[in-house]
Amino acid sequence: MAMTRRQRARAIRAVQYAVLIALLLAIVLAADWGELRRAFFDAEVARSLFPDIITTALVNTIVYTLLGFGFGLVLGVVLALMRLSQVPPYRWLAVAYIEFFRGVPALLVFIALGFGVPLAFQVALDRYVTVMLALGLVGAAYIAETMRAGIQAVPKGQMEAARSLGMSHSRAMASIIIPQAFRIVLPPLTNELVLLTKDSSLVYLLGLSLDQYELSKFGRDALNQHRSLTPILVAGVCYLIITVPLGHLVRRLEARSAKAR
Amino acid sequence: MKETTEAKGTGEADGIAIRVAGLHKSFGELEVLKGIDLTVRRGEVVCVIGPSGSGKSTLLRCVNLLEEPTSGSVTVAGTEVTDPDVDIDRMRRRIGMVFQAFNLFPHLTALENLTIAQRRVLRRDKAEAVRIGRETLRRVGLSDKESAYPAQLSGGQQQRVAIARALSMDPELMLFDEPTSALDPELVGDVLAVMRALADEGMTMLVVTHEMSFAREVADRVVFMDDGVIVEEGGPEQVVSDPVHPRTRAFLTRVLNPAAARVGEVPDTGPHGARIDR
Repeated sequence: MAMTRRQRARAIRAVQYAVLIALLLAIVLAADWGELRRAFFDAEVARSLFPDIITTALVNTIVYTLLGFGFGLVLGVVLALMRLSQVPPYRWLAVAYIEFFRGVPALLVFIALGFGVPLAFQVALDRYVTVMLALGLVGAAYIAETMRAGIQAVPKGQMEAARSLGMSHSRAMASIIIPQAFRIVLPPLTNELVLLTKDSSLVYLLGLSLDQYELSKFGRDALNQHRSLTPILVAGVCYLIITVPLGHLVRRLEARSAKAR
Repeated sequence: MKETTEAKGTGEADGIAIRVAGLHKSFGELEVLKGIDLTVRRGEVVCVIGPSGSGKSTLLRCVNLLEEPTSGSVTVAGTEVTDPDVDIDRMRRRIGMVFQAFNLFPHLTALENLTIAQRRVLRRDKAEAVRIGRETLRRVGLSDKESAYPAQLSGGQQQRVAIARALSMDPELMLFDEPTSALDPELVGDVLAVMRALADEGMTMLVVTHEMSFAREVADRVVFMDDGVIVEEGGPEQVVSDPVHPRTRAFLTRVLNPAAARVGEVPDTGPHGARIDR
């Protein structure tokens, strides 16, 4: 008996759902819920994490990330402008920088700044300065490429209109081109912010005092202390508390700038 | 600015707004302007007509140095803008320009489009820039649109905001680069009306256009360009209604009567061919 196209599609979907449900059932039945609960959802342990995991760890993660992102954004815009400069040495410098910092692991940059620089120059960098530099230097390489694409995506007529009104090249960049470029790159820029949020976990390398703990270090410490996975799960949820709303924010901003475009 | 103006020439005194002399412009191998001489007097409206690719827009863009001429000189209000020692930003603020694609700043409202250069370039304080901005929007009939973003405006409204943006800088002369070519036919009239009013107020205007009726009625002089040279220039009756040169005649036949041209032997102007019968 021949099936119509629609019947066939329905049949295939029904089979897929059936397999999926069977799989889920198998997992639910096979799992040792008591054991899982002890490992992941130990309410006692979870309760003991609060409020420090919010007031110290989450706050520090946000502070480290924003320090790095702020510095990275400024440096990234400068690099993007150098990359697009008429002056060849500026371009070469920017390209070299971007290639280098995109190519080496963030971990290495943290080690270099946290231990290499203090040893080599006999200076003790402030913890927050080190974090800002390390996250910012790495983030800037990515942000620079994103910004460059954004600046190039602004139509040529915008620069011409601005220049025809008597603006200098740099004035036109600052008042007309870069604000529009920012709107264009807002989604990829937010991705950068999410990536930096996660990279901020590398701060643990620098050796932190208790009040400097961020989410990952805090979670790991609690894991050792309680012999339980619960702190890691809670820390993970805390990262999501930062990153998921960011995604929503971008979608709203995108909708708003679509109106102004 | 004053000393350069006085030092550089006699344009102010003899009432010449734009003087183009021996202007050549090449893009790589392609020579687009092959020696242009043109003078626009203060208060004069000059329309430049001609087929696509004839160099009209390039000529206009050389006047405020959006294109760097290959050779020759351009003098605006007595200052040679092609002189490398001239501060081009200072000159450009005296030369209003209107583009075919409007080029409004999409991230700013209509009023902000008018105030940003007043504030950043002329250093007017906010209250004054806003006052002048509102007044200028009223002149182009868009008082009620001051807080609209360009995307919320029709093409005709956008172009009128663009004209107002240029006017809010108090320019001494205005350049129009095919200001109605990107507009739907029913929106052309409003823009032309604004330009006509501007001409009546005595603004010096150099207009690249395909609107033959506008050229005929508003222009003091019409310049016909073809293949990088000025073929013919004179009063609008003469150039538009009774051209001397065969190339001008062929162009006008095509433009004024496209249906006839299509069946005749006159070559096609291509996708951006001139038009009048909207």
